[in-house]
Amino acid sequence: MDFTIEVNNNKVEAQKGETILTLLNRNGIQVPTLCYMKDMFPTGSCRMCVVEVEGRRNLVTACSEPVYPDMKIKTHSARVVESRKMIVELLLSNHPDDCLYCERNNNCELQGLANTLSVRERRISGNKNDYKIDQSSPSIVRDPAKCILCGRCVRVCEEIEGVSAIDYINRGSKTVVGTPYNKGLNVSSCINCGQCIMVCPTGALHEKPHFPEISAAIQDPEKTVVVQYAPAISVSIAEEFGLEPGKDMIGVLNTALRKIGFNFVFDTSFSADLTIMEESAELIDRIQNKGRLPMITSCCPAWVKYAEEFQEDYLDHVSSCKSPQQMMGALVKSYFAEKKQLDPKNIYSVSIMPCTAKKFEQQRDEMTHEGITDIDAVLTTRELVKIIKMYGIDLNKLEPELTDSPLGMRSSSGKIFGTSGGVMEAAVRTAYYKLTGEDLTQFRIPSLRGNEGRKEAKLNINGLELGVAVVSGLQKAADLLEEIKNGKDDIHFIEVMACPGGCINGGGQAIGANEEAVMKRMKSLYDIDETDSVKFSHKNPYIKELYERFLGEALGHKSHELLHTTYKKREVML
Amino acid sequence: MENTVESIMERYPKAGRDSLIPILQDIQNKQGYLSEEAIVKVGQRLKLPASKIFGVATFYNQFRFEPLGKHHIQVCRGTACHVLGSSSVLEELEKQLKIKSGQTTRDGLFSVEVVACIGACGLAPVIAVNGEFHARVTTDSIGEILEEYKEKELEGAKHE
Repeated sequence: MDFTIEVNNNKVEAQKGETILTLLNRNGIQVPTLCYMKDMFPTGSCRMCVVEVEGRRNLVTACSEPVYPDMKIKTHSARVVESRKMIVELLLSNHPDDCLYCERNNNCELQGLANTLSVRERRISGNKNDYKIDQSSPSIVRDPAKCILCGRCVRVCEEIEGVSAIDYINRGSKTVVGTPYNKGLNVSSCINCGQCIMVCPTGALHEKPHFPEISAAIQDPEKTVVVQYAPAISVSIAEEFGLEPGKDMIGVLNTALRKIGFNFVFDTSFSADLTIMEESAELIDRIQNKGRLPMITSCCPAWVKYAEEFQEDYLDHVSSCKSPQQMMGALVKSYFAEKKQLDPKNIYSVSIMPCTAKKFEQQRDEMTHEGITDIDAVLTTRELVKIIKMYGIDLNKLEPELTDSPLGMRSSSGKIFGTSGGVMEAAVRTAYYKLTGEDLTQFRIPSLRGNEGRKEAKLNINGLELGVAVVSGLQKAADLLEEIKNGKDDIHFIEVMACPGGCINGGGQAIGANEEAVMKRMKSLYDIDETDSVKFSHKNPYIKELYERFLGEALGHKSHELLHTTYKKREVML
Repeated sequence: MENTVESIMERYPKAGRDSLIPILQDIQNKQGYLSEEAIVKVGQRLKLPASKIFGVATFYNQFRFEPLGKHHIQVCRGTACHVLGSSSVLEELEKQLKIKSGQTTRDGLFSVEVVACIGACGLAPVIAVNGEFHARVTTDSIGEILEEYKEKELEGAKHE
């Protein structure tokens, strides 16, 4: 404590340099915010968080104003509340009145504010704008009419992802968030990560829905409908059903998916194990044969697109491995189809991902082989939750079931793919085995765990010094690559994920999960790693069988055909 | 085109983001508008994303994003013209040409720009086509003025 200030006539301890908002939050006093973003520089532009400070003529924004000794604050005086209410009324004055039909109905910050501030009539009626919905992107739908210009998407795109696909266009009442020359998001530099959706307070941004096509496939008697879910999914849905955040729901998730009508349920963690087999072989090959280093992971499709747009020089550093989603897709329509004597053309392959960029990845040209698409449709976690509810399935009442064999069995290395640092840890475990013939006794690498945007470790494998780095949030990746360009040479392998914290905080996850919930998801994944008996991808018996019966060897001919891909420089408006 | 942007950039050897607006003005002076290619080029040099440059440029009325038409129409929206009905003149013009201010017709013949006072208040409401003034314009006379330029165009075509 540095000094005291007075809040609503009570003495409160304050720390020098903190903002009023930080102090209020610490003391459990809630002030509404809109443009405020935790851990980012405050702009104070929406003025929703205003408070009254004694001796000041105007109301001040709590998010941007530092505290000072003997400050006297009123957080909910009549003047303050009236001012906040007026802001909401003005925001609503040109807002489309279609809440009932809105993606974010009941989960909308604007609706929430109007409710808290008891806005019950329309006093101000503004001109509605006639912006068109941008449906051009394979991942993200933008509806500028619902945008309230809080700027959070613009900031996340610029400051966290280093992309700046969108910005404020025009001036005054004509201001709109948009792309250069108002072209579609599909031709912009957007990497489809969906972090903009995660921070959007209204229904102005949401993912492109895929369920109608999937539903049609389920009803088609000709089709065998196969589903896979990403490692992060089973630990990311519990709170949406009133359960403890982070709880692993894998058993009942299998049951629920079968009830919805999927014929086979697979776990993407299996193909994550496979990714590790291929990727660790590639890493060792690059090290031993003086290939391009550092090698960079390729499982995040937002990162891959970013590299294709912004990091042309590093494209041959990116691992040629397809992502686990696409590897699974390729195996379902080859290995699995052969096993079950199914015509690949009659298999409809769905994946459930905590990600919007996977919808883009699925439709990349490279992901279709002789007219057969690896994956046919992608659902986000949000879509999954909606569908489970739509089908009236009560997860609390379901008996857990197992995933289908053989593409459903995983090691815990595959499971920790869902968090930033997990891919690296899993890869190091298998690389160690491949180089030494022994398993790591200390399978944990603590310095690669946790919520920091950048983590590094130095490992010694039989005299081979291996430097590894893990980054999440693409601005962090850009910073690291800049350092490497400027001479940093102690890193041999980099894991990149576009979403801060990795897939557990992906752009397809439930809206409104706080940091604590995300950390619980992470803990849940590492808990699984502790308790699982198979902790190494190379120890997964089904992976061994896959190589023995079908693939041959890692980086072999069949692997190259099915599991590896290429990248190309992308011309977009940067 | 590329050379134009390049040669303009050469005049700003140590340009940072604070030089953005003068550079955009120079480009517009040379080319009549800001093309996508120009913005991308400037962005590469100044290390600014295209979205940011487009955002800055659209903030100001002075920048256009389409090439000028063969006949560039400036509509005065200064006080005197406003009082004498320039808003309906502009509305009629936009209706007849099927474009908004800042845009160019598909055939490239006309473009419209809104300007503040052009210093001919005695003639209000006034429009200037290629710098040639037309005084006391009404919603009725707009059609005749446009017709005049279209006819000139046809005659020109005949002679060729």
